Amino acid sequence: MSEFDAEVLVFPTVELPGEVDALTLPAAAIPQPPRPLPWRRWLAQPRLLSLATVVALLALWWLVTALQLVPPLFLPSPQAVLGKFHQVATVGYMDATLWQHLNASLARVAVALLAASLTAIPLGILLGRSRRARAIGDPIIEFYRPLPPLAYLPLIVIWFGIGELSKILLIYLAIFAPVVISTMAGVSAVAPDRLRAAQALGANPRQLLWYVVLPSALPDILTGMRIGLGTGWSTLVAAELIAATQGLGFMVQSAANFLVTDVVVLGILVIGAVAVGLELLIRALQRRLTPWQGKV
Amino acid sequence: MAELRVERAAAVYSGRNGPVTVFENLSLTVGAGRFIVALGASGCGKTTLLNLMAGFLRPSAGRIALNGREVQGPGAERGVVFQHDALFPWLNVLDNVAFSLRLRGTPARERQERARAALALVGLAGFDRHHVWELSGGMRQRVGLARALTADPEVLLLDEPLGALDALTREQMQELLLTVWAQTGKTLFMITHGIEEALLLATDLILLSPRPARIAETLTLDFGRRYLAGEAARQLKADPAFVALRERVTRTLFAYNTPGEFADV
Repeated sequence: MSEFDAEVLVFPTVELPGEVDALTLPAAAIPQPPRPLPWRRWLAQPRLLSLATVVALLALWWLVTALQLVPPLFLPSPQAVLGKFHQVATVGYMDATLWQHLNASLARVAVALLAASLTAIPLGILLGRSRRARAIGDPIIEFYRPLPPLAYLPLIVIWFGIGELSKILLIYLAIFAPVVISTMAGVSAVAPDRLRAAQALGANPRQLLWYVVLPSALPDILTGMRIGLGTGWSTLVAAELIAATQGLGFMVQSAANFLVTDVVVLGILVIGAVAVGLELLIRALQRRLTPWQGKV
Repeated sequence: MAELRVERAAAVYSGRNGPVTVFENLSLTVGAGRFIVALGASGCGKTTLLNLMAGFLRPSAGRIALNGREVQGPGAERGVVFQHDALFPWLNVLDNVAFSLRLRGTPARERQERARAALALVGLAGFDRHHVWELSGGMRQRVGLARALTADPEVLLLDEPLGALDALTREQMQELLLTVWAQTGKTLFMITHGIEEALLLATDLILLSPRPARIAETLTLDFGRRYLAGEAARQLKADPAFVALRERVTRTLFAYNTPGEFADV
């Protein structure tokens, strides 16, 4: 109780919404909050705060290495990693430039995502529409979904060898589960009134599926793909443990074997940056394809 | 002309403690060009009745027939306007209204022309490109009405279409419904729990008793036609005949119900 009150007292710095200006209240009637201190207003902006965090972390990293608190073998300096970035980008590491490694990894994830979408979305629709199909599919998906990819990696190698197929298959399986589950959820949550409305306008079952069920489930399908892309990307390193010659995971792995720590750090940073990029990309796609999400 | 008949229909569903009878042996005729309004308390079974007529549910006994042909399921010849619009947010207003034509494979140009005409009829000309979520509740209901009209149904079924609107919008919509009814000549069947609304709109008012629902009384009214002949809706509602009927209908319905279950608008 008192804690909550204290919160309220600390936060009258919040600016009044713009609509208040439109009211015909006399200026004196509007309670004026005390002007916040400049730095507090600055910190109230989420983006700036996020940026400040990143800068602070980089500064801390630089400071720790500049003061030589940690040997470079364990933590190379930011400058060293930046230099390595230039070197790997132009000359390359392990017979491939950074871009070739990146390309190999992105291609694997893209093929896996495409294959997962083409199979998981139809299956999810089937499972969402048919109770019997769900009864059959549920135990299979629920069994394999929580398995860590590294646990079934050896079996995939035994079955499918050490070629490209095994790598893509591993990523594919990581993407498949979230896509099928969210498609199923989206399809079974279609508003009954919308289905009825379409039927009363003359829709046959096929039209119902294309014109109502699929667009209704699209927000969930895209969310599934977003989650799937995240798990798929994080499975990458595991997939590229299998006799790869290119790929970011392979690059990090082989650099670790030779204790080339700056390449390891570089690889991790690139993997992280790409993950953020993919996430932003699919969020933009969601805004574009399903602008009604959360509004209706 | 269209005639929708409910013949000795029963609706029974299996509840927790055995079968529950919503109604049985219910018969009524929705005559061509009429505006039938079924009035009853929440839970009296009027939505079930409409769902049977739309073909969303099958009767447990008896039959529903349109022009003598038994209703087997939902179909474009029986249009439905829903209480909560049930519009498709992935389509803009025009594509929502043209939806039935797209299902039929009507060419794009004709589709747009007819959808625009329907939008103009409900007073939403110029809103073609709007998104559904940009519209107010009343405007959405108009789009829902235009969408149902574009399919050119023989009977239009209205499931408490004004139930979720504020009082002011509701009065405007009542007048709009009468205008649309007059201009299209459609046969309308509407369910509502608004007493004034029912009295103003109906040519035939059916009073439903609570479960198991049966038709307590049928009134033939002309307030809607008087509105269309030029009298103001507000004045009609203050007309002594209207007030007397409102009291009578209220008493009839309150004979079954505890007060407070009916909207007084």
